Amino acid sequence: MKALDRLLPLIQNETLKIWKKKRFFVIVLVLLILIPIFTYAQFRINETNKKNFKDWRNQLVQQISEYQNILSSDRIPEEWKRSRRIAVQQLQYYLDHDVNPNSPDGVTFTRSFLSNAVTLFFPLLVLALASDLVSGESTAGTIKMLLTRPVRRWKILLSKLLALSLYVSLIIVVSAVLCYLISGAVFGYTGWDMPVFTGFVIKGSSVESSFVHAIPQWLYLLMEAGLIWVSAMSVALLSLMVSVLVRSTAASIVTMMAAVISGTLLSNMTSSWHSAKFIFSVNLRLTDYLEGSPPPITGMTLGFSLIILACWGIASLAVSFFVFTKQDILN
Amino acid sequence: MQLAKQEAGQSAPQDAVLLVRNVKKQIGGKPIIKDVTFEVRAGEIFGFLGPNGAGKTTMIRMLVDLIKPSSGEIRICGEDISRHPEAALRQVGCIVENPEAYSYLTGWENLEHFARMQRGIDNERIREVAAIVGLDDRIHDKVKTYSLGMRQRLGIAQALLGRPKLLILDEPTNGLDPKGIKELREFVRMLANQGFSLFISSHLLSEIQLMCDRVAIISHGKVLAVGTVEELIHDADNYVVWQFEQPEEGRRLLAGEGGVELVQEHEHRIDESLLAGMKEALITAMSPDRISSLVEKAVRAGIGIVSVHSIAPTLEQLFLRMTEGESIG
Repeated sequence: MKALDRLLPLIQNETLKIWKKKRFFVIVLVLLILIPIFTYAQFRINETNKKNFKDWRNQLVQQISEYQNILSSDRIPEEWKRSRRIAVQQLQYYLDHDVNPNSPDGVTFTRSFLSNAVTLFFPLLVLALASDLVSGESTAGTIKMLLTRPVRRWKILLSKLLALSLYVSLIIVVSAVLCYLISGAVFGYTGWDMPVFTGFVIKGSSVESSFVHAIPQWLYLLMEAGLIWVSAMSVALLSLMVSVLVRSTAASIVTMMAAVISGTLLSNMTSSWHSAKFIFSVNLRLTDYLEGSPPPITGMTLGFSLIILACWGIASLAVSFFVFTKQDILN
Repeated sequence: MQLAKQEAGQSAPQDAVLLVRNVKKQIGGKPIIKDVTFEVRAGEIFGFLGPNGAGKTTMIRMLVDLIKPSSGEIRICGEDISRHPEAALRQVGCIVENPEAYSYLTGWENLEHFARMQRGIDNERIREVAAIVGLDDRIHDKVKTYSLGMRQRLGIAQALLGRPKLLILDEPTNGLDPKGIKELREFVRMLANQGFSLFISSHLLSEIQLMCDRVAIISHGKVLAVGTVEELIHDADNYVVWQFEQPEEGRRLLAGEGGVELVQEHEHRIDESLLAGMKEALITAMSPDRISSLVEKAVRAGIGIVSVHSIAPTLEQLFLRMTEGESIG
């Protein structure tokens, strides 16, 4: 308890510094601009669908038959077909159980926005906070003041880490809340109790539906946010390490951006390169497992991805703490 | 200010506040610091003098645990900096190179930030140090609006915050205007009078000469000499410049004396401006104690004396002599 008493003021310091740097305001501002744009896009889609289809069942039937047309074509590569085949089975499942997977309401919009944001958007927001956490102090020279106070170096890094975790959590919560508030104004603040199916087990190109069960959308949203948190935290830990290793903030941001973006690109083209599944950024799409979308590389499961992300996270923590406590401050 | 006096005065005067023994440091296989030993006593202003690239900054960073020594020991108030960094650093306030502060925070917030990093510092103490450095009227402004001199003061306020026994200032006069330098000098003297020990590095020899009680001279990672400014000057060549009415006879007289060495025109290190207007001056290296007996001798021999100047070498000359043959970066 006493150790915590000594740590709290340090966490307060780090939290205050991130706050006063106004990074978080920028993030909120970005959200306030982006969410209305996506809400409008969704609104237009809904309008078009209303014009073209009698109701959502009609639309789903149309979509399924479109996919089946693709499946019967010879010119389509086998991998594409595989994901379409899985999609057809899932849509059919929703149709059979009379549940609209794309119900136009605030909560559904929030759910799909969050799951689309997990690979690029959230990592980017996390980078905006984490990249200069240590390198920023090096660049400004304040690291010299920070490390010559009578506080052990590991405590300083730990307080930075805890402040970062706090902000990562806050980003996800604020994104979800803003998303719901803004989109709800257009689509209505409903959809909390709508059932969502989860537990699709993908075996090759078919879907095993014996584990499929419906959960209320609020619970789904909560689970989704949890997975996004894990994914975002692994990005945070990695960029904290880069921030410790690279003294320039710009270099630190570029390094992490390259890592995250290359991972996203890789997951679209690694179906035949199996060991790519050990790369951290290929595993960021944790929400896909909840949805039941096919993983980028066959054989990847939620458990596998969690273990890979945990390994990367622990390794980068170990490197961060080792280097930060041992390194000579020369600049 | 009275507070600082009470606390700093607690240690016995003979105590070495800072003890550096056989410290070596290699960076990337290159020896940067080669065996440095010195100590700073309670209440003294210790100068750390050397040209740029001599290893001053590396040494200072080792004193405050930013760099770990390859070997040797550093003790602050008896606490080993490598083994008990928390205990040792509690006794130190420092500014390493430039006075850095978070520019997006106000001066007050900066001080609060550093106050949270050590025990027993309340708002009263923050107000106090802000007043000591004369920053009380601008303390609630953002640091990015501060001038360099104000940042320097904020840096010193930050250093004083924890009521340290030892203050380490790295090149404190860098970037200050002459007025600022004079203020700083008075401020440093005031702190020393209150019982603080100060460790001040500089590449400007005149600065150290004006400010410090004792000096260590460092070059190429080695301490060339440690001592009081007077001692070091005493060890150095003492020049006596003679002007006779009959220069030739005077020269003969001086040349015949043991312990008096005539110095050739281009070999001395006296500031040329001092010799300007002294016609046919004879420059000798000798102890000033012998001046009066030599004057008597000259008078008895009928050699008229125009003037006799005893010129103590400046630290500048001292330094040149010590680092003879080495290039100065």
